[in-house]
Amino acid sequence: MNRMQPSVDSTQAIAESDAIAVERTLTGDRDAYRVLVERHSHNVFRLAYRMTGNRHDAEEVVQEAFLRGYQKLGQFVGRSNFGTWVYRIAANYAIDRMRQRQKEEARREEPRTEDRDGMENDPLNRVADGAPTPERLTQSIELRKQMEQALAALSDAERTAFVMRHWEGCGIEEIAEVLKSSSNATKNTVFRAVQKLRRALQPFVETRAQARAMGTES
Amino acid sequence: MKHMTEEELIAYREGVADQGALISKHLAACEECRTELERIEAVLAALDTLPVPDPGLDYGRRMWREIAPRLAEKPGRWWHVWTEPRRLAAAGLIVALIVAAFVAGRITRPGKTSDNIANKEQVRERVLVVAVGEHLGHSESMLVELSNAAPNDPAQKEVNIATEQRRAEDLLQENRLYRQTALQEGDTGLASVLDELERVLLDVAHSPGQVTPAQLEAIQKKIEGRGILFKVRVVNKELQQRQEATKPAPAQNDATSRERNKV
Repeated sequence: MNRMQPSVDSTQAIAESDAIAVERTLTGDRDAYRVLVERHSHNVFRLAYRMTGNRHDAEEVVQEAFLRGYQKLGQFVGRSNFGTWVYRIAANYAIDRMRQRQKEEARREEPRTEDRDGMENDPLNRVADGAPTPERLTQSIELRKQMEQALAALSDAERTAFVMRHWEGCGIEEIAEVLKSSSNATKNTVFRAVQKLRRALQPFVETRAQARAMGTES
Repeated sequence: MKHMTEEELIAYREGVADQGALISKHLAACEECRTELERIEAVLAALDTLPVPDPGLDYGRRMWREIAPRLAEKPGRWWHVWTEPRRLAAAGLIVALIVAAFVAGRITRPGKTSDNIANKEQVRERVLVVAVGEHLGHSESMLVELSNAAPNDPAQKEVNIATEQRRAEDLLQENRLYRQTALQEGDTGLASVLDELERVLLDVAHSPGQVTPAQLEAIQKKIEGRGILFKVRVVNKELQQRQEATKPAPAQNDATSRERNKV
């Protein structure tokens, strides 16, 4: 899991400061909402990108999440903390967007151009021990392609559950609420997602590990 | 020794196992299960290397700039949802459709329900077609200006594209509305082109107001590479044809019937 885990003190301080910003927003101080948007945009973007798989949709999800958050702010008071709440709104909208996107893709005749966002920053393309050999680069690109395909092949619920649990470190109850499902069913969805990813990726991961062990890459 | 199932190991790895302590104890004693867990971890570790693009340090500020004009004065009241400009535009479109459908219903002959429905649908389509056609025209002109932009003199270090950037921001909001409407109307071909246009508009809207000649060239190449200008023109042409095809029949029939009634 690589969700940034702030200390308990700083989490509490942020939650308290968020609560004040929410109160002020509700009294009509629109600029107070700005604090919330600026503070949580990056986290919501990361979640949205991992769920939708492309920057274009991710940005739309972030925008919509904060707009919906503002419209429903009256319903928020007294519930969890703002970060978690807006996260949930974003996850719900991302699911809608993924479904919409699948319909569009299915109807589109030509295959969708692969989104290469972040390719230049791909850690798989960076080699700590020297310049990448063509073999290593090919393997890295192939593995990345396989990972993107494996993630895309998950159902909306499986992808949501995996992203929220594995990458964002969300609690099962929180994920269950987004999926409108029970805790046990949600745990099962996390399991199915990891199992499918494993089936699809293990051969590639192991081939790469073997090649490294045999020194064919260096 | 009874080994752990794959489900138990995955649940343990993801921190959702019911009997975490028991699994830990078993793993300490069982090499086979440890190896199996390591294989699961290797796949998850590979997935962790998938990058997420950095939206930039000013992303929060940019996001605020984009949503601020669309926020009502006070949040949380249901009617405020309809006071943001985008929703007002949608509401305007809906009202226009209702009025147009009503008028179409009044001017068509009674008793022919299927004709009435067809006419109402034609009117709905005409309203959408005209609005989207106008939007595509504006988008095309902005993209043409951007494609033709160039430094005034070769030594110029920056080119000002702030006007196009602001226009792209405005067009982006409209585009999202029309794409969603086209999808609701089942016009997937149009929705698809609007989706592609949205990506280009997003790129331009997120560009700085002043760009270096190299950055400008990169934007121009993106526009050219996606062939978006061509697609926009083709769709706009199609929309014009659809507009012609859905135009109401000329008033000739009414005149003829009035003449007949005189007799």
